[in-house]
Amino acid sequence: MGEAIVITSGKGGVGKTTTTANIGTALALMEKKVCLIDTDIGLRNLDVIMGLENRIIYDIVDVVEGRCRLNQALIRDKRFDSLTLLPAAQTSDKSAVTTEGMKKIVAELKQEYDYIIIDCPAGIEQGFQNAIAGADRAIVVTNPEKSSVRDADRIIGLLEQEDMTEAPRLIINRIRNHMMQSGDIMEVDEIVQLLAIDLIGIVIDDEEVIKASNNGEPVALNPNPKASIAYRNIARRILGENVPLQSLEEEKGIFQRFKKFIGMRS
Amino acid sequence: MHEKKPIITIKGNREGLTLMIDDEVPFEEALVELKDKLQSTQQNKNEPLVSVKVQSGNRFVDEEKRDRLRVMIEEDNHFKVTAIETNVVHRDEALRWKEESGIKRTHRIIRSGQVLKVTGDLLLIGDVNPGGKVMATGNIYVLGNLFGIAHAGYKGDRNTFIAASYMKPTQLRIADYISRAPDYVADGVYMECGVIDDNEDKIIIDSLKLLSRKRNEISGFERRMQNG
Repeated sequence: MGEAIVITSGKGGVGKTTTTANIGTALALMEKKVCLIDTDIGLRNLDVIMGLENRIIYDIVDVVEGRCRLNQALIRDKRFDSLTLLPAAQTSDKSAVTTEGMKKIVAELKQEYDYIIIDCPAGIEQGFQNAIAGADRAIVVTNPEKSSVRDADRIIGLLEQEDMTEAPRLIINRIRNHMMQSGDIMEVDEIVQLLAIDLIGIVIDDEEVIKASNNGEPVALNPNPKASIAYRNIARRILGENVPLQSLEEEKGIFQRFKKFIGMRS
Repeated sequence: MHEKKPIITIKGNREGLTLMIDDEVPFEEALVELKDKLQSTQQNKNEPLVSVKVQSGNRFVDEEKRDRLRVMIEEDNHFKVTAIETNVVHRDEALRWKEESGIKRTHRIIRSGQVLKVTGDLLLIGDVNPGGKVMATGNIYVLGNLFGIAHAGYKGDRNTFIAASYMKPTQLRIADYISRAPDYVADGVYMECGVIDDNEDKIIIDSLKLLSRKRNEISGFERRMQNG
């Protein structure tokens, strides 16, 4: 019996889809059976980031409306046999799926997979309600900026009213170390204190992520970039491993040592 | 035969008269007796009004009876009724008092978009995050960070206050007064409270010590009962 985790944020553009793709990939790397669900109907892009756009035949709306079986809509990943994607429809809108329909799909997938990672659309309307309907726990993604943290707070409030097995956990994404140190953006501690939920990971703002997403190859496949290590650490924490949160300075130190090791100037 | 208690007893002191009505006779009977007593009193019309305090013992006096008593005592007399006291209150009123004077204790975080509204005082153990709102008909105590909006005395009680362990609110509202955070970046303050300053006619934020001077009466439960 698997576990369904929804990745949500409230605000758009903070990196939900990238996080979903990378956590999924990192879990698959650890030989878990993982299914990713894109619930952003009408504005799907998890398939693009995973580089699987050209393989879509059926989507989640086809499953809900009975035009195909669930198994027919699942797309096997190029790199891992244990990783599949249930794509969103591009032509319908969020009302095409109901919370009941969603719960049914997730329950069915849980029979077969270890982890079901649900990519939630931005906002708090029907799409959000659908995405969280079948989830056992939630991960809230935020950026270190006020508007994003405010929306995360709102989302956590809504998630706390839901019947989930665990309290939501937090990922702080797109951290720019130099700005945080100069006090131009919110600090990690400040955000965690305000939102008052457990931190499951911090991810540095890394150009490698953008590059990788653009090529349809999640950054977690590449063992070197800082962001990749961060995503892999998050995946390990999801599995229950006790990976210490590296402080930003330490992370930088390790990275510089690493660069020195492979003969780059740092 | 036991000695018959007088239906109406009048006592005088420096502050005026105290008028005690025996609570065992029917109200109408007492009124007749009262009328007699009042007519028999000699009053000097040139002296200032005499204040009268009515004590009705264990008799329940509703609004209608209060009005009748007041009219009877003040009419054609040189009296002013300052209070009508009774040992009994109506059940509903007692419950309302309890509700309004009690402290509602909650421990949770009020997050963005959430509103916590209570009758009486609010003791919140937890934060009020930006975008969150707490409202109380009485005072608000926040054992935590106040970042959002707090509205004390939202039904119009201007004597209420807002106290917080850490105060950096978006807005403070007390009754019909509103104050907002400054436009420049400012640090919050620890252990402070917001009250209405009557001289400046606005909400001020000051150290909690201010409360002991300014709002001494707030801490007293009985005082609040009497104020309704």
